[in-house]
Amino acid sequence: MAKFTLNEEPVELDVDPAMPILWVVREKLGQNGTKFGCGIAACGACTVHLDGVPVRSCSTAVAEAEGRTVTTIEGVAGPEGELTAIQKAWISEQVPQCGYCQSGQIMSATALLRDNPSPSDEDINAAMSGNICRCGTYTRIRRAIKVASGQLEPREVRESGEA
Amino acid sequence: MNDLTPEKNPSRLAKWSRRGFIGAGVLAGGGLLIGIGVRSGNPIDALAPKVAAGEGEQLVNSWVKIDTDNIVTAIVPHCEMGQGAHSVLAQMLADELDAAWDKVRVMQAPTDGSYIVTDTARMFVAPFTMNAADWIEPTWDGLFTQIGRFADALITGGSSSIRTTGQHQMRVAGAAARTMLKGAAADAWGVPAKEIETRDSTLIHTASGKSAPYAEFATAAAEQPMDQSPKLKDPSQYRLMGKSKARTDIPSKVDGTAIFGMDAAPEGLDLSYAATLRAPVPGQRVVSMDAMRAKGMRGVLQILNLGDFVAVVADSYWQAQQALNTVKVEWTKPESAIGSTQDQFDAYAAAIDAAGATGGEEAAAKGDAASAFEQAATIIEAEYKVPYLAHAPMEPINCTAHVKDGKCDVWTSTQVPLMVRTGISDATGIPKDAINVHHPYLGGSFGRRLEAVYATMAVRIAQATGYPVKSVWSREEDTQKALYRPAELSRFKGGLDDAGKLIAYDNIFTQRHDPAEASVPGIYAIPNTSVRVAEAPLHLPFAAWRSVDHSQHGWFIESFIDEAAHAADADPLDYRLAMLEGSPRHVAVLKKLAEMSEWSAARTGGRAKGLAIVESFGTIVAEAIEVDMSSGSPKMTNIWAVADAGYVMNPDGFRNQMEGGMVYGLTAAMYGELDLEDGTIVQSNFHDYRMLRMDEVPEIKVAIINSGDVPVGGAGEPGLPPAAPALTNAIFAATGKRIRELPIAKQFA
Repeated sequence: MAKFTLNEEPVELDVDPAMPILWVVREKLGQNGTKFGCGIAACGACTVHLDGVPVRSCSTAVAEAEGRTVTTIEGVAGPEGELTAIQKAWISEQVPQCGYCQSGQIMSATALLRDNPSPSDEDINAAMSGNICRCGTYTRIRRAIKVASGQLEPREVRESGEA
Repeated sequence: MNDLTPEKNPSRLAKWSRRGFIGAGVLAGGGLLIGIGVRSGNPIDALAPKVAAGEGEQLVNSWVKIDTDNIVTAIVPHCEMGQGAHSVLAQMLADELDAAWDKVRVMQAPTDGSYIVTDTARMFVAPFTMNAADWIEPTWDGLFTQIGRFADALITGGSSSIRTTGQHQMRVAGAAARTMLKGAAADAWGVPAKEIETRDSTLIHTASGKSAPYAEFATAAAEQPMDQSPKLKDPSQYRLMGKSKARTDIPSKVDGTAIFGMDAAPEGLDLSYAATLRAPVPGQRVVSMDAMRAKGMRGVLQILNLGDFVAVVADSYWQAQQALNTVKVEWTKPESAIGSTQDQFDAYAAAIDAAGATGGEEAAAKGDAASAFEQAATIIEAEYKVPYLAHAPMEPINCTAHVKDGKCDVWTSTQVPLMVRTGISDATGIPKDAINVHHPYLGGSFGRRLEAVYATMAVRIAQATGYPVKSVWSREEDTQKALYRPAELSRFKGGLDDAGKLIAYDNIFTQRHDPAEASVPGIYAIPNTSVRVAEAPLHLPFAAWRSVDHSQHGWFIESFIDEAAHAADADPLDYRLAMLEGSPRHVAVLKKLAEMSEWSAARTGGRAKGLAIVESFGTIVAEAIEVDMSSGSPKMTNIWAVADAGYVMNPDGFRNQMEGGMVYGLTAAMYGELDLEDGTIVQSNFHDYRMLRMDEVPEIKVAIINSGDVPVGGAGEPGLPPAAPALTNAIFAATGKRIRELPIAKQFA
């Protein structure tokens, strides 16, 4: 029996303790925001927070979450669904293309900004280089992190001349 | 030169239909697909149950529904794979409809023959008719729609959605719906329709003071005759087109609620999960299977030998994959003589050698190249090679299948839902009209999901088990058992006159797919040109990979032109400009690029710039890259791009596509490589099939030129082809080392 907290809800279920958190949250708990990308912790699409620390859920057994707190993309927004500054910046900068990797990108960026409210380019590189985006939205992710951290005006303001 | 007008190149049509863009010959044999796809007679009664199930929703024509809250829904036939087509197509329809943008919603059209994209199909079958207005005007009622249906023409690809379906279906549908709404209001109000204005989803008759939301007349509008060729707006009248409207799908992609194929969780279905193993070499079949260990593993339900692949079905995908990893399979002997990467390139070289100086199939010819070489003062020669590539979209291949009572439902990410339906029918015998293909968002594709195989595999598993199954491919399966951008070898010979001018150009290569013009240096005024193809075996199955043949030829041609400039001791920009004198759009794009990138500024440190220009999918794109070689290996420090697509419908969305195309192309240029050993692919996942990451992609600046008065060009692919040559030309400028083989990174390791 696995017991942990998922997005502030207690969870208890009978599951192979070796099963990665990714498949437990997706297939057993119906939370599909966390994505399968590679299965070997090489792409970051499956990034969740375990006690606040970003981990690759495809390669982290649910046994490791025992008694701990797992946060997924579904648990990032406020109690009434209000988006975080990062999520808002992702919209203002029109970051996603296909969007498949973006849950993982946002989880990595969320941990970065919590620990470092005003990250430099090097800080962003260090925190975000584990997350692959095949659509190539890296420059927009960088801008969105800077917008969310107040280092850059949102696009609507920057480009107010263009609708 | 390869003239694209049909009367000058009658073989062109046959070539397109024979080769077929998506490789399966699904398009009707040379038939012209004409018409806007808005059929007269308003097939609303038949379609409404499929798309307007909601309370109070009224389908006005096939592409527009309006509900009682005055919400306008654009029914979009193309898939959304990150290119933003859903939003921009809705933007185009809404503009012609004069709908209030904040009241516009987007709906994925169902997989139904009524939603074929006739104009996209026409682009693939008969591209030379695309911009002839006379071809578009007559709507030949059922005829061409029937051809499109036969051809399963519900395709997203070829950077075509905006310039075909957008320009010739969505805008027409929006304008027609507006006319129908006005007609209905005119009848009710007893005023002439021409006195009624439309604005923000509202009908207004100023003289009588009457106004009403569209919703009030949606039902009556559906009874109005359909205007087959309504007058479309002039650019000066656009309110939404040309504006960077935020994409409608993005909010769901930042909170985890967007549904991709992988996320399909059909209501009421208790899913089991399958992991699959295909043959290591294409064409092999199962001889025997040892699944003893897998049988006893936790969660395993069934182990299936399906002849061409093996599947393990379990309570979870992870359990299925763990069990599958223990299954030992013996396969039949491979049929291909090609075992290694070297074998593939040897086969190419042998074919090119055999063709000699004049052999092979002519791809383009102009002037007299043979004589011109005799007059040349300088001869330059170069051979370039590029490896096989996988698409590697972030969402692994998957399909959820449910077969019950002779009916089949599948949920999958696909660029070709009707082709998937046909593929399933062919593989299983289930009639097409009993198959329903649901296609949610695609987690990237880039050409990967233009086939039906993975869906047919899922349906065969569901048939064998008798219960609904979600079939998921591992990353390793998708890297090693898919369809591939072909490896290619290309040889060039150039003749320069005393002044350094390129007067003779000869090129021979082995892989010609689409678009046919990709290998032709058609933008340049080179007086004597010979481009030839030597037939050679291709070991791995062909895939259209973002920008298709332009992905190889863009690099070949723009590298060779750079080599010619160097041989002529000319600046690479000036050398190109001199060959583009008759092409003002190309000149304008290059000049803008030179200004943005400060091309002529003095170099600093180990940094240098390279540039390239490629026209593809109707869009001219020039790119410059600055590279820093001070560490001994290339580090990109700045990227600039200038694009002329005629008219850009959503500038920010277009820029996003240019950025993405460049990163995709530069990823391949730096790292992309699949090697063969014993006929199978060596690389397996992102650790050995590397991607560019955050720390390697510098700022990208994109400028757009709306030159207007030309057909609208594509966005998804044209950013890619100039990226690799701009980078390798920059490396040459910095180091004098000419890169003639991709990928780059290992050459500096």
